Amino acid sequence: MSASEATDVAGRPDDIRAVPVRHPGRWIAAAIVLVLGVAMIRSVVTNPRFEWSVVDHYLFDERVLEGLRITIELTVIAMAIGVALGVVLAIMRLSPNPLVSGGSWLYIWFFRGTPVLVQLLFWYSIAALYPKIGIGIPFGPSFVHADANTLITPFTAAILGLGLNEGAYMAEIVRAGIISVPEGQSDAARSLGMSRMQTLRRIVLPQAMRVIIPPTGNETISMLKTSSLASVIVVGELLFAVQNIYSVNFKTIPLLIVASIWYLVCTSVLYVGQYYLERYYGRGASRDGTSTLTGRVLRGVLSFRLPGEHAPPGGDEHR
Amino acid sequence: MVSAEGVHKRFGRQEVLKGISLQVMAGEVMCLLGPSGSGKSTFLRCINHLEKINAGRLSVDGELVGYREVGGKLHELREGEVARKRAEIGMVFQHFNLFPHMTATENVTCAPIRVKGEPRGQARARARELLDRVGLADKLAAYPAELSGGQQQRVAIARALAMEPKLMLFDEPTSALDPELVGEVLQAMQQLARDGMTMIVVTHEIGFAREVAHSVVFMDGGVVVESGAPAAVLESPRNERTRSFLSKVL
Repeated sequence: MSASEATDVAGRPDDIRAVPVRHPGRWIAAAIVLVLGVAMIRSVVTNPRFEWSVVDHYLFDERVLEGLRITIELTVIAMAIGVALGVVLAIMRLSPNPLVSGGSWLYIWFFRGTPVLVQLLFWYSIAALYPKIGIGIPFGPSFVHADANTLITPFTAAILGLGLNEGAYMAEIVRAGIISVPEGQSDAARSLGMSRMQTLRRIVLPQAMRVIIPPTGNETISMLKTSSLASVIVVGELLFAVQNIYSVNFKTIPLLIVASIWYLVCTSVLYVGQYYLERYYGRGASRDGTSTLTGRVLRGVLSFRLPGEHAPPGGDEHR
Repeated sequence: MVSAEGVHKRFGRQEVLKGISLQVMAGEVMCLLGPSGSGKSTFLRCINHLEKINAGRLSVDGELVGYREVGGKLHELREGEVARKRAEIGMVFQHFNLFPHMTATENVTCAPIRVKGEPRGQARARARELLDRVGLADKLAAYPAELSGGQQQRVAIARALAMEPKLMLFDEPTSALDPELVGEVLQAMQQLARDGMTMIVVTHEIGFAREVAHSVVFMDGGVVVESGAPAAVLESPRNERTRSFLSKVL
């Protein structure tokens, strides 16, 4: 028997078996949570005014599903505009040219400093400010122009309002991500002959993603919910759809529950997407995927299908 | 290969380099010694234009760094031109600065593919060869976080060599390493010197300077205090400051 075998098999000491410390405080807290939880569920189930049958009836109603579709569309397009704009604004903000960085600062200042609801109303009534919108040379002739009222429909007004506002927030998130990457990284990239853009795109942004993704997930979830503000400017999204229904049948509570259920379904899906995105951009960073609650739940639910899950690339077993 | 005449560098009001003049011939290894804050690293960063010099002349391979001289007037080089020149100068950093989101191979192939437009397959083959040369043939797919400091620094050397530089700059390449890992990095550098690479090495490894360097420069307070053959500077320093520094590090 070799020495290594001896320590591995025969020489391994027995695990310690000790009486564990009791935690009565935790038990009491858990009991209180349990009682409150049961009481809450009981009231939800037994209170007839929730009218669960009405909820059930309208959950897959055509008008509700159409509203849901528009909500998702609004969220996706506005977020896409927000992210693209955010990246551009963040890069502008870091420009050595004071006019470029100042312009970005001014944009962020304005759009973060005014309520998004006010911005939505502004875009909705843009025709009062600019009756005609055209493309042309600044201070010169314009080539194409159209009536603002036909060009800016409620839906485009909502997209503009939500997207441009989101751009300001995303800019700050992206900027924080870029700043979080150590300067040595761009030193190394530039010493290899990479241009400023290559350094940004290949070296800095992929690393900044690790910092950018989690708050962007939050922003997406927040956007999904903020898009309900578009109901104010008659965009037929989810909230508007259920409002339309309960304004006729007065089943306000059950229909608001219907909307809430769909919002919860969507945000839950986003949670899962965020988990996988985070894991992808965390590669090489020696990070454990279990660090978030979603990660732990997902791992528990999906572990039988994802054997690779336990050895993420660049996992910490080497540390 | 490298020629500096009265190079000055200021950060704000602080003058870090106060007139550095030195020459490095092709195929030569020069070691820069000196206490921290003496401007060694700053000078090294000036050579590939990571820092702009404020006064003096600095040229690599007969061409000014960062400028073009037309009719007795200096014109700043455009970003692309600066980048092209940097690509010919390899640099190894104290803290390795490997790209953490890429494997060892990707770290080495990144610049040849993106900057030189080398075909992927060719770049990968060369990366394998280079990593093998620094003794890391079994770590091709490892991420930097999975490598020891010494291994990371050797990947960094391979990464710089992949661009086939005519000059290599080493900025305290072993200062961030555990003592027992220093040897493997110095060995890789020694091999490189033997192959005839022109190298400027900022280091505190006096033994390396003595064995490998063709010339040694001792800097303090932003000026060159003493320079010459390693035997002369290290064994019988004439300057008092050189003497006191060497007595502390040896």
